[in-house]
Amino acid sequence: MKKPMKKNTNDVILESATTFITFIIFLFAVYLFFAGHYTPGGGFIGGLVTSSALVLILLAFDIKTLRQILPFDYKMVTAVGMLIAVLTASGALLFNVPFFTHAHGYFELPLFGKTSLHTAMLFDLGVYFVVVGVTMTIIQTIGESD
Amino acid sequence: MLHLAILLPLLASLFIPFLYKQFRSVHTGWFVLLVPLTLVIYFSQYISQTMAGETVTQSMQWIPSLGINFVAYLDGLGLLFALLITGIGTLVVLYSIYYLDAKKEALHNFYVYLLLFMTAMLGIVLSDNMIVLYMFWEMTSISSFLLIGYWYERERSRYGAQKSMLITVFGGLSMLGGISILSLLSGSFSIRESFSTLSTYSDDPLFLVALVLFLLAAFTKSAQFPFHIWLPDAMEAPTPVSAYLHSATMVKAGLYLVARMSPIFAETPLWFYLVSGVGMFTLFWGSLNAVKQVDLKAILAYSTISQLGLIMSLLGLGAAALQVEALPDSLYTIATVAAVFHLINHATFKGSLFMMAGIVDHETGTRDLRKLGGLSQLMPVTFTIAMIGTLSMAGVPPFNGFLSKEMFLTGVNQVSESGLFHLETFGFLFPLFAVVGSIFTFVYSLLIVYRTFLGPKQHDKLPKKPHEAPLGMLVSPIFLASLVILIGLFPNLLSNTLIRPAVEAILPQVLAAGGEIDVHIKLWHGFNTELLFTFIIITVGFLLFKTFPKWQSLYHRMPKSFSLNHQYDGLLRRGENVSTGIHDAVMTGYMRSYLVYIFGFIVLLVLSSLFFFDAFAFDVDPLSSISTYEIILVLVLVSSALSITFARSRLTSIILLGVAGYTVALFFVLFRAPDLALTQLVIETVSVALFLLVFYHMPEISRKEERIKFKLGNAAISILVGLSVTLVALASLSQRSFASIAKYYIDNVADLAAGGNMVNVILVDFRGFDTLFEISVLAIAGLGIYAMIHFRKTGGIDK
Repeated sequence: MKKPMKKNTNDVILESATTFITFIIFLFAVYLFFAGHYTPGGGFIGGLVTSSALVLILLAFDIKTLRQILPFDYKMVTAVGMLIAVLTASGALLFNVPFFTHAHGYFELPLFGKTSLHTAMLFDLGVYFVVVGVTMTIIQTIGESD
Repeated sequence: MLHLAILLPLLASLFIPFLYKQFRSVHTGWFVLLVPLTLVIYFSQYISQTMAGETVTQSMQWIPSLGINFVAYLDGLGLLFALLITGIGTLVVLYSIYYLDAKKEALHNFYVYLLLFMTAMLGIVLSDNMIVLYMFWEMTSISSFLLIGYWYERERSRYGAQKSMLITVFGGLSMLGGISILSLLSGSFSIRESFSTLSTYSDDPLFLVALVLFLLAAFTKSAQFPFHIWLPDAMEAPTPVSAYLHSATMVKAGLYLVARMSPIFAETPLWFYLVSGVGMFTLFWGSLNAVKQVDLKAILAYSTISQLGLIMSLLGLGAAALQVEALPDSLYTIATVAAVFHLINHATFKGSLFMMAGIVDHETGTRDLRKLGGLSQLMPVTFTIAMIGTLSMAGVPPFNGFLSKEMFLTGVNQVSESGLFHLETFGFLFPLFAVVGSIFTFVYSLLIVYRTFLGPKQHDKLPKKPHEAPLGMLVSPIFLASLVILIGLFPNLLSNTLIRPAVEAILPQVLAAGGEIDVHIKLWHGFNTELLFTFIIITVGFLLFKTFPKWQSLYHRMPKSFSLNHQYDGLLRRGENVSTGIHDAVMTGYMRSYLVYIFGFIVLLVLSSLFFFDAFAFDVDPLSSISTYEIILVLVLVSSALSITFARSRLTSIILLGVAGYTVALFFVLFRAPDLALTQLVIETVSVALFLLVFYHMPEISRKEERIKFKLGNAAISILVGLSVTLVALASLSQRSFASIAKYYIDNVADLAAGGNMVNVILVDFRGFDTLFEISVLAIAGLGIYAMIHFRKTGGIDK
């Protein structure tokens, strides 16, 4: 990594494979995230798998490409995640119940039919963002340094 | 009112800096002078009350819940000391106005410290509550420290201040210990209440511990052997301070403490032995050492030590009066009477002598006896003061020192012949030490006068042209010297007004038993043993003085390492060396040695508690059966762990670590923890990648293939740590006391949390609070790495 993440080879196969494998990984991450409440998965794993998709882009292309595709400051992603998590937890205070009390219910949604909605999902979303943000911050920082 | 009187100097000290800044043309001392003057007049009003045996108690709440209240208590003893403090204080302030230059000296500092000290001393002698007494006691230590180090740019001043601080605070802290024990025994912090309940606890073995601790405080404060060494070094203070603190007041705080605690402790033989024995030896040792000094103030310092020893031993001997209740004429109270009498006398003549020394220093520029001499014609008034002071100190009639010395000898004789406390065997030592000490007192008293004012003139050696001091500087010593003569000629002037109430306060048991305290000091006793002793003292003393140049060299024979100062310095140095040595040996700066300490301690703690509390147990019942997969995975895990330990290259270690991590993930699969397995797999991958990154960036030199060096200690400790953790795990597995709470989660995961993945529901719902802070940890770690890498170029040592 003397020349960090600077693409100087001709990896057509890797690049082509990456372009569609990334989506599969990303979909899998989303699946893990949403399935978390009932089957193995959740925000933590979802976040890690998402970042692995991003790392794959990083490896196949370079940091600049990743920035073009996803122009995020990952520190901000971390902050947003923390914010979501804290706000979800403190939202309970508005309803005069203890901090971190979750609410849930079953709703009839247009496309999904009868679905359960749960504020724990919002909290998990916070976890998801923090994990993505932190892993990407670490990897990008180390990658950019020389 | 009493409280206000005690705190008046402290309150006044608040205004000193303003007065100093506002009125630069007026010497600040004139303002200060009003404070002790007011207090003298105020305290004199109480004389008639204490004469009648009345006491004054005033209480002010401070910490009532702990029984700590500022109880001001004034009896004969307290009043005597209060008058001494304020009276000498007035004279010293007056003297200091002429002694200290208003332009060159930091007067605001000086008078603030001095007034602080005055409050502290008044607080000591007028407090009934022991904690309050202790507070004021430490206040004297601190203000004395500040005053000794007044000329702080001088190295000797700082040394002296530090030394006195260390020694007196050592004593003060031991007194705090004594107070704690005594208050636990008696149930009260009040001295009078402790006395009234004395019979209930005086048999307790801790009682003697408290006694010794109190005496340590008294001995250190009053410069008794072997704690006297701070006093000569405290002579670096300005002379008014030496006159006030180190002759008349602070050093008598120890005597006050002994006198004050006498009612409680004095009936035990240990008290008698310690107080009288240490006092007597201090008398002897101080006078012996005073003779060899060449500095005027150093002689006076050792003389103070010796005289304090005298008073201390008298207070000890006075304890004999409590033993003989049947004795009708209370013969032994004479020792206590003599103690109080000499306390007053010493304050008068030693105060004047110190002021004399200050005048000599001020007008000639030196205190060195080898340079002084023949000043009698140039400074006739100072010479007269010195004559009166020294002759009184030496115990020559008709000065007051003679009377108290006679009474001292009487007391010593009577007690040593009494047969109390097994004195028949070694009782003769008391008169012996007393006489020898008095002889040397006589010698150094003559030496002071002779070598300063008489003897050969050598004015060319003096830094200044000597002349008589200004009148203002002479007023205070003249006043004290005339008191010396006045008390000498009319000794009964004070006996009923001050001495008797004080003695009654020291020996309340005698009064309670129906005894009378008769204070009648006679100028002329008739021909008796004491007179013979005085005659011997004067004759031998004079002979020794005449032949002094011949035996002077004897003092240099004593090896230097024998001196207590040498021992003290050595003790400090050794203390420093030993602690530095321990620090250097233990704090190596290597992380691995600290890890060895930590792990070693853990092992010690765990294994010893397993052993001593018989905590190990092994129960096979809760164990489940072992499957083949588990055996295989354990083998893989163990072999990878072992290989890491013996791996030759770092790369191998990293990969083996990955193997171990993935095996653990397989264990999670096997033990049906899919969430853990997923996380473990991903995290293991990430961390192995990070390890590889670190390895890639290592400097070439440390990338060379090398095995970890074998160290027996490390191996032993790591095996022991493994062993103890295993034993604890087995023991805790076999001793489950309660059923798991997992049942609740299993039952409620669907109803309460609308979820199916129990792990996740616990993480985000049942115990989401933990998760919130775990993601905070992650966020902090991420930002930390970002900060470490991005800001390393702008600051820090790196690059």
